[in-house]
Amino acid sequence: MTNAITVGGLHKSFGRTHALAGLDLTVAAGEVHGFLGPNGSGKSTTIRVLLGLLRADSGTARLLGRDPWRDAVELHRRVAYVPGDVTLWRNLSGGEVIDLYGRLRGGLDAARRAELVERFELDPTKKGRTYSKGNRQKVALVAAFASDVDVLILDEPTSGLDPLMEGVFQACVREERDRGRTVLLSSHILSEVESLCDRVSIIRKGRTVESGSLPELRHLTRTSVEAELAAPPNGLAHLPGVHDLRVDGTRVRLQVDTDRLDPVLRSLTEAGVRSLTSAPPTLEELFLRHYADEAVAR
Amino acid sequence: MTALAPAVPRAGGGSRPLAGTGTLLRLALRRDRVLLPVWVLVLGTVVVSGAGSIDALYGTRAQRAEIAVSMTANSSLRSLYGPVFGDSTGALVAWRFGVFAAVLAAVMSLVVVVRHTREEEETGRQELLSAAMVGRRAPLTAALLAALTGNAALALAVTAGLAGRGAGSALALGLAVGLTGMVFATTAAIAAQLTESARLAKGLTAAVLGAAFVLRAAGDAGRDDGGSPLTWLSPVGWAENVRAFAGDRWWVLLLPAAAVLVQGLAAYELTGRRDVGMSFLPARPGPAEGRLATAGGLAWRLQRGSLTGWTLGFLVAGLVFGGMVEGAADLVGDNERAREVFERMGGAQALTDAFLGALLGLFGMIASLYAVGSVLRLHGEETSQRAEPVLANAVGRLRWAAGHLVIAFAGSALLLLAAGLGMYLSYGQDPGTVLGAAAVQLPAVWFLGALAVLLHGAAPRAAVAAWGVAGLSVAISWVGPALDLPQAVLDLSPFGHLPKLPGADMAWQPVLVLLAGTALLVAAGLAGLRRRDLVTA
Repeated sequence: MTNAITVGGLHKSFGRTHALAGLDLTVAAGEVHGFLGPNGSGKSTTIRVLLGLLRADSGTARLLGRDPWRDAVELHRRVAYVPGDVTLWRNLSGGEVIDLYGRLRGGLDAARRAELVERFELDPTKKGRTYSKGNRQKVALVAAFASDVDVLILDEPTSGLDPLMEGVFQACVREERDRGRTVLLSSHILSEVESLCDRVSIIRKGRTVESGSLPELRHLTRTSVEAELAAPPNGLAHLPGVHDLRVDGTRVRLQVDTDRLDPVLRSLTEAGVRSLTSAPPTLEELFLRHYADEAVAR
Repeated sequence: MTALAPAVPRAGGGSRPLAGTGTLLRLALRRDRVLLPVWVLVLGTVVVSGAGSIDALYGTRAQRAEIAVSMTANSSLRSLYGPVFGDSTGALVAWRFGVFAAVLAAVMSLVVVVRHTREEEETGRQELLSAAMVGRRAPLTAALLAALTGNAALALAVTAGLAGRGAGSALALGLAVGLTGMVFATTAAIAAQLTESARLAKGLTAAVLGAAFVLRAAGDAGRDDGGSPLTWLSPVGWAENVRAFAGDRWWVLLLPAAAVLVQGLAAYELTGRRDVGMSFLPARPGPAEGRLATAGGLAWRLQRGSLTGWTLGFLVAGLVFGGMVEGAADLVGDNERAREVFERMGGAQALTDAFLGALLGLFGMIASLYAVGSVLRLHGEETSQRAEPVLANAVGRLRWAAGHLVIAFAGSALLLLAAGLGMYLSYGQDPGTVLGAAAVQLPAVWFLGALAVLLHGAAPRAAVAAWGVAGLSVAISWVGPALDLPQAVLDLSPFGHLPKLPGADMAWQPVLVLLAGTALLVAAGLAGLRRRDLVTA
């Protein structure tokens, strides 16, 4: 089996709201897949369809090759889920919840549990509402990472964690990948996605707009170039793919579509380059381009 | 983390402790825009139309005097409804519907107050509000004002509706009902400071209300003039002792007024001394490792506290009322007219049977509220997003639901068993008759619980409507006969179809029909639950 998750043409409406409008998503077995999109774009809805909590109107969804709605219970033995908004029972301690989730999933590794509680610096004796948001997330994370599963589905799992714990989280995800597990990570923390994910899907308004590895996606966007030249440049403005060109005497700043970089560099070297900095597009720029499109579309 | 105030005492509620009260009150009334008007309208209508029914049933003064004497002479009936203080239609309305309205006004008040105080804190919504221009005492004030709005409207409705029979007396009855509501509004305000859980705050207040009702019942069983110290200890007894339409003892209204003042001040004192979201009974640390392993175990863990409380309450109430069964056949020797009435009603055995039947019917109706609440735990778990991670584990929806449903259905059977057992223990006769009459309530109780299962499974957004259906059924069966409602309306309540045990013959047909209906509704509800989307945020 090569794909842990295959979603094709998924549609889901809530009354008049069209939450998913033909979403596609493919996650290969053993990869960490970033799942990005603005608020309300359908990430959590997709995840709930994959967990068999919601039933899609049309389209296909396959988790580990099976139907997540029909085979929900059997599938859930092999899947661990961390919701974005973890709510706990007021009168149950964090430790009780971790063990309950573990057993309901078919058992958890006691040594791994103890190690994770230690690493996340979680006090498992506190009860439901006395935990902060970050600590509630730690409860769900420990339960998920200590389970023996094939797929981890994490829905914005670190929005309440401090930077130190964010580091622990990233280390845990890498360990999971090293054990051959598949991770679907929905997140708004782009540095986290950049450092963890093998591939990324960006969705917008219930549709997938970009999908691929980070180098592939970078290829689709612009590189920013800043240069100090020997002489004022010529003809840069006419080159295809150049944007936001600003020339100040011999100083040049511009953005260029990454696949049009070569002619720009030739043109710069013709004028004589004294210094040059070129920054690859960050995921953030990639992301903002899609978000901004949406803001305009609104 | 301590829940108590730091060493430096907070001076009351800081600066401008009431800032934002007006806005919060508008928010509360907007959220209660259905609850409060419906409650006030239904209660007001029952009381006011009760006057018409009594006119129709007992048109002449002589008839009313007869019923007043015979009802008051019988200690068991006194324990249920209290003594009758006069022979006017108004006095009979105050007797038959006054205590009923006062108790239900108290229930409305405790729901409203807890909903806008502890529930807001428990869900974390209060934090957001308190971060705005909202004084420390504003949330409590707004909640009490919302309760005051409801109780004042109810008092006004009762006064206006009965004013034709004596404006002053009508006002006395309206105030007695409304002030009883406010007494329990302030009790709820204190409970909301003491506990961290809204459910527990409501439970504590309801327990106080139940104790007040039982105290009045015990007091009235002993004396026929409402003068027992036990009656005077009970806020419900105060409402009765106002004697509206029978002398209008206005000074008695000072008692609930004083209680509102004292309890209100206590609640304010407590709220000024604690942190938002915290309580004076703070959560203790729990075990670092848990033994819970199944969805059923989780359901039991979540529901065992409330089931224990309800069972104890039913047992105690059964013990108290069982002790009054003997009195049902009391024929007050020197009252010839009462004796005649009783003979006409069937004599001692018939009266004892009727009293037992009426009591166990009452227990059945209250047990149906437990059943609905217990079934709707499913709804609460789902809408609070706690069901989602459970169902994302290897737990099927049916297994998840089954845990709660077994507790709801077996639990309501346990409640009736406890009530029956309590009554048998203090009555001391006919265990089979008493327990049988308790058990025969079960099909109706289960039917209402099953309706909640259907609503939750098939129409989750409307699940709380199950409360409305159960409440209406209880109201119809409780006061319907006294209101002389048409049979078609009485038949709407499942309780109306049960054989009137003991006394009447056992009729299997309605029992089996209700049981079959229960099975059908549960099956349909579960089928709906399997097929539908989980309710998500």
